[in-house]
Amino acid sequence: MKLSRRGAALLAASALVLGGCGGNGSDDGESKSSAGGKVTVEFWNIWTKDPLKTYGVQAIKDFEAAHPNITIKNVPYENEAFKAKLTTLTQSGKAPDIFQTWGGGVLAQQVDAGLVKDLTGDAGSWLGTFTDAALSAYKVEGKQYAIPDDIGMVGFWYNKALFKKAGIAQPPGTWSELLDDVKKLKDAGITPIALGGKDKWPGHYYWAYLAMRIGGLDALKQAGETKDFTGPAFVQAGQKLKELAGLQPFQKGYLGATYGDPGGQAATMGDGKAAMELMGQWAPAVQKDAGKGLGDDLGFFPFPAVDGGKGAVTDAFGGGGGYAIGADAPAEAIEFLKFLTESTEHRKQVASGGVLPVLKGEEDAVTDPNLSVVAKNLAGATGFQLYLDQAYPPAVGQEVNDSVAELIGGTKTPEQVTQAITETAKSE
Amino acid sequence: MKTTRPRSHRLRGFTKILLFLLPSLVLFFGLVVAPILLAFYASVFKWNGMRGLPTDFIGMTNFTRLLADEVFLGDLWRGLLLIIFSVAIQLPLSLGIAMLLNQKIHGRAFFRLLFFAPYVLSEAITAVLFMMILKPTDGLANYILGWFGIDPLDWFADPSTVMMSLFIVMTWKYFGFHMILYIAGRQGIPKELTEAAQIDGATGWKTFRYVTLPLLGPTIRISVFLSVIGAIQLFDLVWIITGGGPSHSSETMAVTMFQFGFKRFQVGYASAISVVMFFISLVFALFYQRYVMRRDLEGASTVLGDQR
Repeated sequence: MKLSRRGAALLAASALVLGGCGGNGSDDGESKSSAGGKVTVEFWNIWTKDPLKTYGVQAIKDFEAAHPNITIKNVPYENEAFKAKLTTLTQSGKAPDIFQTWGGGVLAQQVDAGLVKDLTGDAGSWLGTFTDAALSAYKVEGKQYAIPDDIGMVGFWYNKALFKKAGIAQPPGTWSELLDDVKKLKDAGITPIALGGKDKWPGHYYWAYLAMRIGGLDALKQAGETKDFTGPAFVQAGQKLKELAGLQPFQKGYLGATYGDPGGQAATMGDGKAAMELMGQWAPAVQKDAGKGLGDDLGFFPFPAVDGGKGAVTDAFGGGGGYAIGADAPAEAIEFLKFLTESTEHRKQVASGGVLPVLKGEEDAVTDPNLSVVAKNLAGATGFQLYLDQAYPPAVGQEVNDSVAELIGGTKTPEQVTQAITETAKSE
Repeated sequence: MKTTRPRSHRLRGFTKILLFLLPSLVLFFGLVVAPILLAFYASVFKWNGMRGLPTDFIGMTNFTRLLADEVFLGDLWRGLLLIIFSVAIQLPLSLGIAMLLNQKIHGRAFFRLLFFAPYVLSEAITAVLFMMILKPTDGLANYILGWFGIDPLDWFADPSTVMMSLFIVMTWKYFGFHMILYIAGRQGIPKELTEAAQIDGATGWKTFRYVTLPLLGPTIRISVFLSVIGAIQLFDLVWIITGGGPSHSSETMAVTMFQFGFKRFQVGYASAISVVMFFISLVFALFYQRYVMRRDLEGASTVLGDQR
């Protein structure tokens, strides 16, 4: 008797321990029931910072007031944490009801795994209000899998005062002019370009833009489809970039510098220690955050043309953010997306400075002068290319970043870069 | 009666052990054995980690690709380099300091605490700290080098100095741990032995060489073992400080594995890397225990076995 009682107690203890283990982690799944007409929609976003944080809370409140039967569960994660959490969730075969996406290769993999709803039909009524550039990142095989909310582009941000000091009257319009300006800046004792070499992605902008200017958007699109990156446009892009790197235009220790950390690319630029950087629309904000910020001395010019290249100088390279809907999400999820991206509501978001216009004719809602320049450039864009590390499958995008970083660092030749990327693309 | 009793006794003992072990066994199988088996399984598939279990069987392709990959072969070379440096520089340094701190000097406890402190710091904090100290532009290290008229170095930002810089950080971080091991080992050596040697006229060096060092053998062997396994699996410091760069020149096996598993979503290939890491560690551990630590283990387990 004594033993069995002790045994029973032990069993109970084990059961408790085991039960405790099993109990965690299985708390979703129940939230989707629409019992009693009440629906809860889980909304995963990256609105952890103002202005979007405040805007988001208010927008959800307004939406819930107008739709009393729908509850929006706001789940904000910081950018990198978001990607990690979403990866874990999708690997277990699930997706949130509504989630932030950057489109491209990652979205295509999720679509391939059957985790994302096709919105071509459901959103057909208002897809026409968006600009083509904004929609393009979320198209997989001609179907629309996410609704755009933000878009931006990469270009050169430059320090007007330092350009003036080096005797440069106006920003370069062609690649050879850019190289000349780099030499002039060096002669004046100014670091021409800030670059976060450790992060790798800032470096790939140069290679991608050069390939775009030389081969045109079609060359990039075709390479993505045929998985062949050995074409002349890509080799030439590498040669031109090598030429630039050969002038040693970057700040001291750039190979170990990140983009946003203290002493990194943005800080170097923001403290006026370098004359320009090739970066997206968020650059002014990060410069101010990591360094002092340049104020009125900050200017923007699009990536210069390459003589004899097929690409137009008005073709834009960048990316944005949008929202996809999980395959098992309740039908009400799309209601919320419609609310968020309709003109009146989206203009509020644009005016807050958190996102850039994705709707046609929305440019005038931008209040910040730097963002306004970007928005105007985007409105006049003749073509749009998504960041290569997002447009292609993750492995190919990473290989582009890695290889271009090695090209800039001097350990890979332009031909080796194109071969490495092609090899990775073929193995996908 | 006499025959049934011991059996029920044994049975009772068995159920008791089983019940006590059950929770930890389930945890062990669920969190240790199952993931290892899954990694083995996934390593022969092409798999991006999504949608349940892998289905695209490709045999040993991941492994042949691995052995032809320059980055991975470089990882092996860099791992070997770190092992050599650790055993040849870091451990003798720890041993020296341990011997000094074994002397009766003023503030001995304070210095022991001070030298052990880096080991208590988390890897992430150490990494960020040294990123600031060894910053190429305005870091403390370059500032100090300037006093001696030495040109500033690029430290982590230069492929030719990055491994050296990393090794400095590793040494700073882990020497305290080995030092404590050696101090403990040294204190386990009876005073009579060193006193006897001194009475026989042995000098300080001779006492160390012929009495202390041989008796510290077991401690040194276990500390080499831990150091090697640590170098093979080095991840956090490298990942935070350099991410494996510039141009893969500081990448370790664990960093490559992370790159492929979590950045490129080639989980099958990443699993193959983890399997290779597992086998390198396993083979090393077995050989080391069989041939180097045999005497130490004989002293413990086999004697116990005889007594049982």
